[in-house]
Amino acid sequence: MKPIIRVENLTHTYGVNTPFCRSAVDHVNMEIMEGEFLGIIGHTGSGKSTLIQHLNGLLKPTSGRILLGEEDIWADPKKIRSVRFRVGLVFQYPEYQLFEETVYKDVAFGPKNMGLDEKEIDRRVRSALAFSGLGEELLDKSPFDLSGGQKRRVAIAGVIAMEPEVLILDEPSAGLDPAGRRSMLENIRNYHKEKGTTVVMVSHSMDEVAENVDRIAVLANAGVVMSGTPHQVFSRAQELLDVGLNVPQVTQVAMELKRQGLAIDPAVYTVADLRAALCKLRGGKA
Amino acid sequence: MLKDITLGQYFPGNSLAHKLDPRTKILLTVLYIVTLFCARSFVSYGIVVLLLATGVKVSGVAPKALVRGLKPILFIICFTAALNLLYTPGEVLASFWIFKITKEGIFTAFFMVLRITMLIMGTFLLTYTTSPIALTDGLETLLGPLKKVKVPVHELAMIMSIALRFIPTLIEETDKIMSAQKARGADFESGSLMQRAKALVPILVPLFISAFRRADELAIAMECRCYHGGAGRTKLHVLRYQTRDYLVLAAYGIVLAAVLTLAHFGL
Ligand SMILES: Nc1ncnc2c1ncn2[C@@H]1O[C@H](COP(=O)(O)OP(=O)(O)OP(=O)(O)O)[C@@H](O)[C@H]1O
Ligand SMILES: [Mg+2]
Repeated sequence: MKPIIRVENLTHTYGVNTPFCRSAVDHVNMEIMEGEFLGIIGHTGSGKSTLIQHLNGLLKPTSGRILLGEEDIWADPKKIRSVRFRVGLVFQYPEYQLFEETVYKDVAFGPKNMGLDEKEIDRRVRSALAFSGLGEELLDKSPFDLSGGQKRRVAIAGVIAMEPEVLILDEPSAGLDPAGRRSMLENIRNYHKEKGTTVVMVSHSMDEVAENVDRIAVLANAGVVMSGTPHQVFSRAQELLDVGLNVPQVTQVAMELKRQGLAIDPAVYTVADLRAALCKLRGGKA
Repeated sequence: MLKDITLGQYFPGNSLAHKLDPRTKILLTVLYIVTLFCARSFVSYGIVVLLLATGVKVSGVAPKALVRGLKPILFIICFTAALNLLYTPGEVLASFWIFKITKEGIFTAFFMVLRITMLIMGTFLLTYTTSPIALTDGLETLLGPLKKVKVPVHELAMIMSIALRFIPTLIEETDKIMSAQKARGADFESGSLMQRAKALVPILVPLFISAFRRADELAIAMECRCYHGGAGRTKLHVLRYQTRDYLVLAAYGIVLAAVLTLAHFGL
């Protein structure tokens, strides 16, 4: 697999020349592979949102480069808009950005800005709404009459409708109830599977990340401290705890079982894994 | 670009300027404006510049931050300068087409620009070194006597402190909404005037909605804490003048007297 986005030595400092000056991202290097589902985790204020806003050129690096494909996205600042169509970013709490009279028009905002024709816009709006789990009956409703969870889905559909090569989501499930979280993640997972798009998801929930992503990058104190498959990352439980994170709940159960004397490998991170490990211990098949 | 608007922003610090009683600082600012408008000559302007420089030095605020605060009103400054430069009658130095540049015009334009920048910088110094809460607290106490004539001082102070408190929040929110719409390809920087005005809709609608939501939530939160206006409210921190306040005010009084005397003699 080849990288679709490369972050080279990225530093971003907020509030240069004020007493609040500080680097939110400090000399970060990372690669995002084509077609992968990447999870980004990190404590509050570790710089996750800052990092991802660089990937589509919303923030300009204080130093360092972002390569999309092989090209520096800031090589020609006039072309930055086209980068935003290729890398779709859904903000934290995106429901507050809705503004149109109807759901349809709001979702069509992105595609319209791309200069597509009516028919293509219509196709994209409908397909995006389907991917984000909204029914056609909502198309003509005002987005302000929807529930919080539905608004969030409309906002996500608004980015998906641009059919970006890379879809980045900043805590898409924050503030939803458990059922809402599950179905939101299922929608994202299906989108990733069916479209083969690269997806980057920032999350605070270890369980969510463990069960969905191919690879994890761990941010702490403005830098990437670990990256690898969920298996590799969650097997370094102590280091995660040290940077204010945790391991998935099933891993915690396994660790506790081991502490109690059971000969179990604590590097399990989904319910299915734990089940398999326990069955093996009892001599049966998974 | 929105980050450049620093109006109402407070930079915490521990300098003498930060420690002064807010009432002292408000009085100083008012007196400073008076001084500024009394100044007529190079000498008196020089004194005001020195005053401002002392204020900046004492407050520890980075001069760059002050200058950045001028950016939003750059247009007004240039406009004033141009008007004064071209339309002041007097001894003509150069003329072209319908414009005449006069010696008086150059002086007036120069002093006008100086006056506006110094005015803005001086008042910024107040908001940079005084937290919004202290500021309104000071205003409320200073204007306290007006309550006797039925001026709703407390309510006005409360409105002001809420407004000041929410300026940075709203700016941050605007920034966030702008970024979110830019991520969907919104374009605020090109196109005709009409197109640009239209491009603001995706920012203004969510901004207003969230401002109303915030106002609503704040009102409910205040009510939950039994807020019922100023009558009978006591303060946790009661303002008290310290020796340093008297000293600073006295020193300023001397300077003001000097400038007024100079102005009297036409200097
Ligand atoms: N616009 C801004 N101006 C100044 N500082 C900022 C700004 N945005 C973020 N920061 C600071 O940068 C740091 C990183 O913030 P960021 O939003 O990237 O964190 P995060 O990892 O997304 O946190 P969370 O999990 O809470 O969303 C924080 O310390 C924050 O205070
Ligand atoms: Mg964040």
